[in-house]
Amino acid sequence: MELIQYALDNADLLLSRTLEHISLVGVAVGIATLTGVPIGIAITRNERVAQAVLYAASIIVTVPSIALFGIMIPVLSLIGQGIGYLPAVIAVLLYSQLPIIRNTYTAINNVDPALREAARGIGMSHRQRLRMVEIPLAVPVIMAGVRTAVVLNIGVMAIAAYIGAGGLGTFISRGISQSDPRQLIVGAVAVSLLAIIVDYGLLAVQKRFTPKGMEGAANAA
Amino acid sequence: MIRLENLTKVFDTPKGAVVAADHINMEVPSGEICILLGPSGCGKTTTLKMINRIVKPSSGKVFINGDDTTGMDTQDLRRNIGYVIQQIGLFPNMTIEENIAVVPKLLGWDKARYKERARELMHMIALEPDAFLKRYPSELSGGQQQRIGVARALAADPPVMLMDEPFGAIDPINRAVIQDEFLKMQQDLKKTIMFVSHDIDEAIKMGDRVAVFREGKLVQYSSPDDLLAAPKNAFVESFLGEDRALKRLNLVKVAEVVSDEIGTVKPEDTLTTALARIDDFGYQNSILMINDKRQPVGLISRSLARTTKGYCRDHFQNVPATVSLDDDLRKVASLMFAQDITWLPCVDEEGRVCGQITQRAMTHHLGARFRTKQRETSAVAAEPKE
Repeated sequence: MELIQYALDNADLLLSRTLEHISLVGVAVGIATLTGVPIGIAITRNERVAQAVLYAASIIVTVPSIALFGIMIPVLSLIGQGIGYLPAVIAVLLYSQLPIIRNTYTAINNVDPALREAARGIGMSHRQRLRMVEIPLAVPVIMAGVRTAVVLNIGVMAIAAYIGAGGLGTFISRGISQSDPRQLIVGAVAVSLLAIIVDYGLLAVQKRFTPKGMEGAANAA
Repeated sequence: MIRLENLTKVFDTPKGAVVAADHINMEVPSGEICILLGPSGCGKTTTLKMINRIVKPSSGKVFINGDDTTGMDTQDLRRNIGYVIQQIGLFPNMTIEENIAVVPKLLGWDKARYKERARELMHMIALEPDAFLKRYPSELSGGQQQRIGVARALAADPPVMLMDEPFGAIDPINRAVIQDEFLKMQQDLKKTIMFVSHDIDEAIKMGDRVAVFREGKLVQYSSPDDLLAAPKNAFVESFLGEDRALKRLNLVKVAEVVSDEIGTVKPEDTLTTALARIDDFGYQNSILMINDKRQPVGLISRSLARTTKGYCRDHFQNVPATVSLDDDLRKVASLMFAQDITWLPCVDEEGRVCGQITQRAMTHHLGARFRTKQRETSAVAAEPKE
């Protein structure tokens, strides 16, 4: 009861923090998609490069977010951005690479070889094949990668409150420092709910972008 | 016309170089279907795929309509060759119409033209355009999908088509139907076609010529009839199967064997006349009774004519079966075996009796071909060596 009362009393703040959180993750994953998808497609042309890139992306994910923020403070301080928005976005950007690159790479690589041969035999160039066949077929799996990145990083972004990036994490960090379980729990539940709701929202987007005639495949992905 | 000149493919594998196709020389005249036939791993598919460079040739040349394709741009080359594969390979993200229009679009046709072309092709493959063009491949049956696959290959009206076991994944009943449809289309289209198959019956049915491959080499290249009548060596012979003489039944039409001499009686003739005529013509069991329009109406059996008096119209049995002039001998043989008879009346398009076909005539016709081949080969063998 007390918790709901607290949430209602602070509804404005909760809403603005939520929007802040969404915009941080949205910007970061948005940029990550713009970089990760082309990288994922590019590395399908060379197995060894692909393995190296995927390995590097995996290593990044193993670095704890707190440590990553710590590393960035001295580096980004050189341009006066040691804490706050920029390092938070960069961290999420880096964490998003693995799911997005890996899903893109896997999806393009798993396009039925018969379709690829048909496309080649018909006289499509590599580019036309990507644009007309391979990317449309890969969209559901690529979108699944983006979803993973978003959900994963809604959690990571909660920690970015410690470097002053704002977002729903501020409730949690204050709850801890002020020994206020209300703030702590409201923040934690809000982060969880946000992750679940956004995941469903993106699933709807994914279905929307899945080419017609492939709905069966999309539901399996 | 497709001409292959010393076409060779060597694959480098961890176990060393493998020659998948070894100096293949052959020519497919315009408008003909050439079947590349052989067991798996014999080089037939590699040879086919070197023509549109899905497999890059190690050496040798491919000529299409007299032009050396070596210097041509790969994509231009492919857009002018229809390509049908066993797995069909329709793009699941595109509608049937989009699938068919892919090549015309790549070639820069305008929208009205390729839409019109798609409808035209749907009529050709006997699928209703309005019902199918807006649907997706996953909504179609395997047979329908492969018809679309063929339509896609034909979309830009290429002079040459390559077909890699195109009907291999379709159930036997539908396969026979699609084969027949395709042959019918080919009569008008007159494409020059290379067609890979491992099915000897398909090769005989579809091919104007058959090229038999073994271990990367072209072993024999001849018409289906020559192939069956005179296999070049033991390998070809065993590949064709022990019933190869029977397979030739598919290739011969009734018209080639029919005898137009047939004794008949009319309903108003007496049985005595019938018996006399049976003896005149030397028939063993029976004689055919026809009506005024020369349509077969019944059989008068010898035993009945000998023991009974009366008119034919009161004493006939039903005609067990008739064949038409463009049936093949396989059907005739099947009817004869099923009915336990040694001859069948032949009828023309209007159903009028125009002759008869006997078991003796069939075996003689097929045997004649083997006899001349044997004479030729023994004559060649008898020639003095230089």
